[in-house]
Amino acid sequence: MTTTISPGGQVGRSVPRLEARAKVTGRAEYVHNLRLPGMLYGKIFRSRTAHGRIRRLDVAAARAMDGVQSVITAEDVRRVIPDPYYGPAFHDQPILAIDKVRYVGEPVAVVLAADPHIAEAAAHLIVAEYEELPAVFDEREAMTSTAIVHEVLRPAGTFPDLKHLEGRTNTNIALDFHLRQGDVEAAFAAAEHVFEHTFRTQQVLHVPLEPFVSLADATPSSVTIHTASQSPSFVRIEIARLLRWPENRVRVKTLHLGGGFGAKLYIKLEALVVALSLLARRPVKVALSMEEQFYTITKHASTFRIKSAVAKDGRVTARHCEVLWNGGAYADIGPRVTQKSGFTAAGPYDIPAVSIDSYALYTNLPPAGALRGFGIPQLVWAYESHTDLVARALGIDPLTFRRKNLLRNGRPQATGTIMRDAEIEAVLERLAARLDWNRPFDRGAGPVKRGRGIAIGFKASIAPTTSIASVAIHADGSCTLSCGTVDMGQGSDTAMAQIVAEVLNLDAEAVAVIHPDTDVTPYDMATLGSRSTYHMGNAVRLAAEDARDKIAALAASLGLPPGSNLSLAELFRRKYGMQAGTIIGTGSFIPSYSPPDHSTGLTENATPFWMIGATGVELEVDTETGHVQVTRLVNVADAGRAINPRIVETQLSGASIMQLGFTLFERMNFDKGQVTNASLADYKIPGMHDLPLAIESEFVPAEQHGGPFGAKGVGESATFGVSPAIANAIHDAVGVRLMALPLTPEAVYRAIRAAADDPLGEA
Amino acid sequence: MNARTIRFTLNGGPATAEIGTHQSLVEVLQQRFDLFGARESCAQGLCGCCTVLVDGKAVSGCLFLAVFADGAHVETVEHLGAGERLDPVQEAFIEAGAFQCGFCTPGFVLMTRQLLDEKPDPSDAEIGHYLSGNLCRCGTYPQIVEAVRLAAKKRKA
Repeated sequence: MTTTISPGGQVGRSVPRLEARAKVTGRAEYVHNLRLPGMLYGKIFRSRTAHGRIRRLDVAAARAMDGVQSVITAEDVRRVIPDPYYGPAFHDQPILAIDKVRYVGEPVAVVLAADPHIAEAAAHLIVAEYEELPAVFDEREAMTSTAIVHEVLRPAGTFPDLKHLEGRTNTNIALDFHLRQGDVEAAFAAAEHVFEHTFRTQQVLHVPLEPFVSLADATPSSVTIHTASQSPSFVRIEIARLLRWPENRVRVKTLHLGGGFGAKLYIKLEALVVALSLLARRPVKVALSMEEQFYTITKHASTFRIKSAVAKDGRVTARHCEVLWNGGAYADIGPRVTQKSGFTAAGPYDIPAVSIDSYALYTNLPPAGALRGFGIPQLVWAYESHTDLVARALGIDPLTFRRKNLLRNGRPQATGTIMRDAEIEAVLERLAARLDWNRPFDRGAGPVKRGRGIAIGFKASIAPTTSIASVAIHADGSCTLSCGTVDMGQGSDTAMAQIVAEVLNLDAEAVAVIHPDTDVTPYDMATLGSRSTYHMGNAVRLAAEDARDKIAALAASLGLPPGSNLSLAELFRRKYGMQAGTIIGTGSFIPSYSPPDHSTGLTENATPFWMIGATGVELEVDTETGHVQVTRLVNVADAGRAINPRIVETQLSGASIMQLGFTLFERMNFDKGQVTNASLADYKIPGMHDLPLAIESEFVPAEQHGGPFGAKGVGESATFGVSPAIANAIHDAVGVRLMALPLTPEAVYRAIRAAADDPLGEA
Repeated sequence: MNARTIRFTLNGGPATAEIGTHQSLVEVLQQRFDLFGARESCAQGLCGCCTVLVDGKAVSGCLFLAVFADGAHVETVEHLGAGERLDPVQEAFIEAGAFQCGFCTPGFVLMTRQLLDEKPDPSDAEIGHYLSGNLCRCGTYPQIVEAVRLAAKKRKA
């Protein structure tokens, strides 16, 4: 099937977001705004113990408070949901804690009241006593700890590579993924040089500015859930499973999301509000506070040990990667991160022998899931810091070293999958050109030193996953698109409208896109991992083409010659004798995929497409304070062909700014499992004053075969290179290497002092 | 719970509400007046999502007790561009593509208006200073700075 872009067409045009006016006038619809008649608010009472058996739970005082409708515990939940454990990879997470708690902040009970202030005040009256159990917090310790977070592993059965874990006891390993390509041992034995480093990343938070919010309206036979979710179809399937109801009795609706970034995936509050509404027989809304977001879902902390064999000529001949992912108390999607990201841990390099061991680990910390990159930023941080260290040790320019080892199209990636439409080389070369890498670089004077660094990463798409869409042509010729992709700010509504408009020769602005509603919009796996443009984009294109074919068939049935320019409205009128009728086009898309072999991790078809992102930075380091000012940040990505160039560029700059926070200052601090900085006062996210002095973002000319009009996903690509590029530039400026994120002024200053043989004492 | 009746001017018209003295302005605007443009996020006056103009001055509606709005002129984002034409600041935000999820946008729009009222031709440092109390997790800052410059131009035209 070939499609061409007509000049002045809808694809490739920077259409302003369809909902632009609603957003600037404050009228955009968010679940945050939603109220239903008779609605109750739920406030959650949470565990203050990292790991403990619940000995006593006293809710009497809360129940007695004036204005409290009821107080709900796990026992109550079991009356409506007998087996109340949920999760996408493991059925390990109880709706409310049962028998024991596994992290500080875990929901234990809920107070319901018509006034949220009363519900909150009453929640403070609940008393719980725990028998403390040994806890484990560090992913390295979790590998061998005798503190076991889950007594028995309960894989969900959705993923074949988790089945072998069913019923396992006495372990915190929630998935072990292994890849073996070539003879790694022999290559290390024969190597001229061997380099080994260990890098770490910290636990951080998504911080969508619209905190988690879900509202359920249940009757004994049906339930409607309004939720700020990135995965309405998954919510429906999982709630139907929990209730043992058919899917058609569960309706899930979303509106605009005030940010998602991977936080609002799978089940978060949805199972809880359904149980609460069934018990209370009234609509129930649970809206988390900013603080509570810190107890809900986070980004994996990680430890990555990387070892490379390098030949005399600077070619990397073998690489071993061991990655430990700190998944917290519940698996969420961590096992997928471990595998789907794990297989790219050796980086975008052409290395003949690779071994990878990647482990998802349970600990007694708040759960970790997907955050804009699905584990890739943690991996790129390590392999691109390592790449620079190796290049420096060999006295080779970092760009030259990368060029020498780069993974090019037509060559096999570590899984054995042949690289196609992955513009790794073009992205790197464009970055080098923008940075004028060969020009002499001003290194600064006095106490402020200047440095520069580059990094490049790649990511596979999440496969195999399905998207389905439908396009309705109404009797006046206007058009509505139904698709389950959730617009959380990435501009998907606009991009999908552009695809419909391109096929049907309309203005994108004329296409109405309805918010996901599982009673109306067809199945979509989820809005995650930059999959929507490719997967849903294809489904939408197919649906629009199906509608176009049906319009042509209608015209033919009326005896019109092909290419007749009769208006759609007139076509309907001739067919039905009045303004009546609907044409519905449908499209369904699932890409081809071969799962990796369980023991070797090898596959010929690991992903339908690759995302490529590189970042270059120029920065200043104040050697007297350790303060780092990024003066220039350049992002270059392979986005395939951009459907909406301006939105793509905004996605790139936005992703890099988010990653800048994770790189320079964001970190969840813990004391015995208790987050000690659970507020925006103590957990700082990037603001105006934290920006690089200049940010440039561009995408290289590219075309993704099999993508809609040559497009592919781009929402995560500019997160990949930011952290290592900055660490590499700091090294370039002041000669010190930081092995753990974040790169705070204190960390930089300590490293400078240590390098000068004058280490700073502990505070 | 202490109740009080407040009378104030809301978006140009008279408004009366019986409120609890513990209630924040943003809560009262949402629950009593169905105005959702100002929204609570951090609840600490740090993110700017709840920005409201009280007597022409930007305040954090999540920290500002509704009772203090008694007798004041309160203006929310809904008052801008209520007619056919958008405010030049709103137009500039659309033209510069200066938002993604949009949750923080009303706060940025109101703060930009206050900035341009006080400094019609702001320097980059002044833009940074005025908008440092507004957070955008989508990281749309470069486009927001562009929108502020564009809005300054539009207001002069």
